[in-house]
Amino acid sequence: MATIKLKPYKTPELYLEGFNISPDVFVGKSPSEIASLEGREGKTRIELGDFFEVSGTTGATASDTNILIDGDCSRVKYIGNKMTDGSITVNGNADMYVGGWMKGGSIHVKGDVDSFCGIAMEGGDIQIDGNAQNYVGCAYRGDWRGMRGGTIHINGNAGNDIGTFMLGGTIIIEKNAFIHVSTHAEGGTVIIKGDVQGRVGGQMVKGDIYVFGNIQYMLPGFKEIGMIEHEIVGEKAMFKHFIGDLGERHPKSKGKEIFGNLYLRAS
Amino acid sequence: MAEFLIKNGFVIDPTQKINGDIADIAIKDDKIVEKAGPGAKIIDAKGKVVMAGGVDVHAHVAGPKVNIGRTMRPEDKLFKSPHAQENYRMEMGFSIPSTFKTGYDYARMGYAFVMEAAMPPLHSPHVHEEIHDTPIIDEGALPVFANNWFVMEYLKNGEIENSAAYCAWLLSATKGYGIKLVNPGGTAAWAWGLNCLTIHDPVPYYDITPAEIITGLIKTNEYLGLPHSVHIHQNSLGVPGNYAVTLESLKLAEGVKARNKFNRDQVMHSTHIQFHSYGGDSWGNFESKAKDVMDYVNSHKNITVDLGCVTLDETTTMTADGPFEHHLNHLNHLKWANTDVELETAAGVVPYVYDKDIKVCGIQWAIGLELALYAKDPSRTFITTDHPNAGPFTRYPRVIKWLMSKNAREETLNTFKHCSKVVDATDIQSIDSEMSLYNIAEMTRSGPAKALGLSHMYGGLGSGLDANVAVFDLNINDMPDDPQKIEDAFLRASWFIKSGQIVVKDGEITNHGNKRTVWVNAKVKENPQVTRDIHDKFLKNYTVGIDNYSVRDYLAPNPYVINVDVEA
Ligand SMILES: [Zn+2]
Repeated sequence: MATIKLKPYKTPELYLEGFNISPDVFVGKSPSEIASLEGREGKTRIELGDFFEVSGTTGATASDTNILIDGDCSRVKYIGNKMTDGSITVNGNADMYVGGWMKGGSIHVKGDVDSFCGIAMEGGDIQIDGNAQNYVGCAYRGDWRGMRGGTIHINGNAGNDIGTFMLGGTIIIEKNAFIHVSTHAEGGTVIIKGDVQGRVGGQMVKGDIYVFGNIQYMLPGFKEIGMIEHEIVGEKAMFKHFIGDLGERHPKSKGKEIFGNLYLRAS
Repeated sequence: MAEFLIKNGFVIDPTQKINGDIADIAIKDDKIVEKAGPGAKIIDAKGKVVMAGGVDVHAHVAGPKVNIGRTMRPEDKLFKSPHAQENYRMEMGFSIPSTFKTGYDYARMGYAFVMEAAMPPLHSPHVHEEIHDTPIIDEGALPVFANNWFVMEYLKNGEIENSAAYCAWLLSATKGYGIKLVNPGGTAAWAWGLNCLTIHDPVPYYDITPAEIITGLIKTNEYLGLPHSVHIHQNSLGVPGNYAVTLESLKLAEGVKARNKFNRDQVMHSTHIQFHSYGGDSWGNFESKAKDVMDYVNSHKNITVDLGCVTLDETTTMTADGPFEHHLNHLNHLKWANTDVELETAAGVVPYVYDKDIKVCGIQWAIGLELALYAKDPSRTFITTDHPNAGPFTRYPRVIKWLMSKNAREETLNTFKHCSKVVDATDIQSIDSEMSLYNIAEMTRSGPAKALGLSHMYGGLGSGLDANVAVFDLNINDMPDDPQKIEDAFLRASWFIKSGQIVVKDGEITNHGNKRTVWVNAKVKENPQVTRDIHDKFLKNYTVGIDNYSVRDYLAPNPYVINVDVEA
């Protein structure tokens, strides 16, 4: 695998829209061609080379291409936008929309990310070592088609609106989350290893939620139907099994109504 | 203003029965003239087709329901809103484009006039503000009348003269163009959670039927002698088996003669007829009845129709047919907006995905095209997509491609998952005919202009008409083998001159033009009863005062008023 390195040398005054930072776009280009790729700072057209020093080589295909961003990207949006293959590593923080509309490949951010990480993702892996802000693996504003596939792993905490309109794939939050988990979901799995304040599974049609810690405020649309033992992300535990959201429409399969499942670890 | 000479193009103008003759078109100021002076700017149209500016008889492009669509569908703009370009404003959205994108895209396609198809009278100031904000194209707007309390009360009592006085007042108060009917009686019934699915279902609390509303408004329209006929969205839209209701409604025009000074022949324009040409009695046995409907239309010259072609896109439905949008929301479970407009109408908005791999969508696509291909008189059959209901107006060039090329139709049909089921439920595969550029000019230019009573301004290239001239990169004697090139040519005109100004060159906007708002001022003699009724309803029923109701002149700062003196 070939590595192409972007070394940030200047902090954008506004936020930088780096929608071209993707192995699919970089593949087959020389460092100077990559440096002249378009980005936006506010309404101003910029080139990636205005903010990054580019060195190294790209692979023959996107899958052979690793992008190493060696520094802080707290003011860079859209890293890995729509990428289908290859990998990106960020040695620092990243701003919004990391791995948005991603179809394949992998992204590893060693610091924190802002909101909309993995928005409308279809496949691939995102690993965040720090915390994520809001809207992890959510749908775009207004859209009813959220995350369909792939895995997002947040090693720290996450904010609100996780997996909104989720249809497939897996989101794992190692620590705590705030509110609104799997709202309107029709599939997929969200696993929260810590606590959640509330609004878990609102208007959920289908899908699974696992909470290992506490839910401070349970939604009234969920009903406990029993206890069940599950092994999930390598941990075996007893869970209270709830179904819901009972206030939402639910499809039938073989004459049986399908519900969203909420598994809350029994203490 | 300037002089232009568009030289050596293949001129296609059905108003003068010119079909591809090589000729020059001269322009002086904002009119087409016989001869240009020696200083005229020459535009070389050699090897290209020259047509009049397009006329769209029916599209939803301005007003509250369009804006609700924009507000509730930010995802319609995602990745479809390029950064601002030099010389023109940012463009946003696909099925519910921003006002600027609306004007630009119509201009790129060589359209000069667009009729906003349903103006809620109470919200007409908003409609006019958006029209004013839409550059280049001339526009008019049709206020909706068929669920209006005044109209239903007058027509219940057979008071055509009073109905006419009220309609004339409303046209002038809203700066409207003509009389639109949407689901007659059904939208009023929706206020009670009901609908009128046949033309004989009585409207609750009104003791009148849709058939009586339609007949009464046809009489009202011809009494006034308006430029356009009644423009009707029939009852029972989008329901399997509705073609029977459609035929019954069309029959209400039988024997009625057009009475006007605007060269209009029809007394009923039946809009988005695709949505009204359905057989079967469920989505399971849903089938095309395009032939039955067009057989009737072909043999009745006092009717015009537009297609409402399904373009197989993700789009946004919006209509004053409130109960229909509720029905649609129960089919697709997506977002739904619903509103009541006091005393007048209602509206609903629902996003919709016409998926080529869903059998019903494929059949709807076929029906829209069959209707055109069965038309004996293309100049009474107009290309529309009921924008954005069956697809965005930017797909007109694609509809043209399908109509002009059997290969293009086959190519699309063969991508359907349920191709054979679509073939079984329609005639689309067995129809070999291909329409000509002349037919397309009839369906997008001369025909709609005449039906709107605007043939003295738009739709042709005769001298004295408005200087709206489009040049398309197509050679009539050597049409491309690849039908996609037809779509590409109609999507981006080589040149478009609107009101005597070059507004498009090589598909790019060059100028913001000088758009106008066209409205009809019908002058009837004093009618004290109607004046008193209007005053009373504003005191008792409306939540606004009459002084705050009308469209102020500053909201339509570029008016073109067509005066109609009504001789009773
Ligand atoms: Zn319409």
